[in-house]
Amino acid sequence: MDHDIVYLGSTVLAILVIASVIGAVMARRVTTDKARATVENLNARTRSWWVMAAVFGTTLVLGSLFTTVLFGCLSFLAMREFITLNRTERADHEVLFWAFFVITPLHYFLVGIRWYGLFTIFIPVYAFAFIPFRRVLSGETRNFLASTAKIQWALLVCVYAVSHMPMILALPIKGYEGQNAKLLFFFVLTVQLSDVLQYVWGKTCGRRPVAPNVSPSKTWEGTVGGIGTTVLVSSCLWWATPFTPLQAGMMALLICAAGFFGGLVMSAIKRDLGAKDWGDTIAGHGGFMDRIDSLCFAAPLFFHLCGFYFGTGLDPRPPEWVLHWLGK
Amino acid sequence: MTRRILAVALRLLTGVRRLHESPHGDGPAVFFANHSSHLDFAVAWAALPTELRERTSPAAAHDYWSKTKLRQWIATQLFQSVLIERLHITRDNNPITPLIDCLDRGRSVLIFPEGTRRGDGEVGEFKAGLYHIARSRPEIPLVPVLLENLNRLMPKGTYAFVPLIAQAHFRAPIRLIDGESKPDFLSRARSILLNDQHPTQ
Repeated sequence: MDHDIVYLGSTVLAILVIASVIGAVMARRVTTDKARATVENLNARTRSWWVMAAVFGTTLVLGSLFTTVLFGCLSFLAMREFITLNRTERADHEVLFWAFFVITPLHYFLVGIRWYGLFTIFIPVYAFAFIPFRRVLSGETRNFLASTAKIQWALLVCVYAVSHMPMILALPIKGYEGQNAKLLFFFVLTVQLSDVLQYVWGKTCGRRPVAPNVSPSKTWEGTVGGIGTTVLVSSCLWWATPFTPLQAGMMALLICAAGFFGGLVMSAIKRDLGAKDWGDTIAGHGGFMDRIDSLCFAAPLFFHLCGFYFGTGLDPRPPEWVLHWLGK
Repeated sequence: MTRRILAVALRLLTGVRRLHESPHGDGPAVFFANHSSHLDFAVAWAALPTELRERTSPAAAHDYWSKTKLRQWIATQLFQSVLIERLHITRDNNPITPLIDCLDRGRSVLIFPEGTRRGDGEVGEFKAGLYHIARSRPEIPLVPVLLENLNRLMPKGTYAFVPLIAQAHFRAPIRLIDGESKPDFLSRARSILLNDQHPTQ
């Protein structure tokens, strides 16, 4: 196995050990009830991070098939939360059935067989048209556009955007063949570290809120401190990527910014729906969507920037056996 | 064992959480829930703590659940349901009798007092069954079960299942108050399934 993977894994392990130790020390020292609640939440988050890191790390080592299935499951669970909170109607039922059981699996099938050409257009072109087509058959005109748009958004954010992460594994980069798992690791680590450090900076010295109406916990101090620290850490991980340290820092800055806005956008949707979290499956964090909201918007950006500046071009054609099967 | 696996599968599919302890204490109880989906009884059943679930029989419509061998097996063997008559009710097959028998044997029952599924997710008027059970067995606690989102997972008129997150809220048990009239009692019971203000158990 690639030594870099071991080093990256050890880095995460070290961060988690440090976080757990600090959490345990803080739990002993707190005196007020409010602080105790904060520390308890912090420790719940850390415990969940252990599980999430273990699951992600294991699938990454097991290979691209497992990684694709993992992200497929994440898409499914995130879309489930997204649609549950968005009050859909009876007339949407059959459309939703298609979205969950046909469009999502088919899209991940395309990721699995690496048919890049169809992967990029399947949801934006075919699913985009299919959803209003199927919805119009229900005969219900009330809230037509709102309903259709909700489902299109659900597919774009939860499925299409998320699926760019496993697709990073298929990106051909000169001199980096067979090492793309590290690139995906770099991406996920950067975005999630930025979330964590924004939280840490925000809790310790956050004063001025960025968007008090949308997300009261996001502050200027937290955002700048968190993103700044992440960019520093991520540029130090350049050796695992096809980037130079400066390029790694620039990439980190871009995906952190996209992640920040992604998180803010998903918060705005949550507020509009009157919810604090998307779910309560992951202790301390909320739902799956709460954990991947920042990844959603950063993933396609990172994928295409890597492809444009470092890639040698993805083949849009399907594998031979698909062509044969389609009679071409 | 089969039932435990089934309950886990149902909870995974519908996102419903299992209760960790009995919502009413020991002994049999009558669980009554709002009815909007074919999944209702299975979901409320799967949400019960394992031991209580083993001792709970959902009420199932005789006319539907004994039509084929498979349905009959699912209803009576798998879910240990009590089949009750909905059509052709005569003096001899009062639908309440098998439920009372079940309670007398120490088992809990799960009923849907609206009698049939609503298509719109609202809660319909209650039929008198719940009142008659409460009157003939006044010591047995009646536990309201508020089922949320089930009409979105599988609404009336389709078998297409959409995997959204459903919830089963078990509310504090109620009992028939001395001198309470039938309409008063039924509307009080129904109102608990309407609003979200009651403390969850």
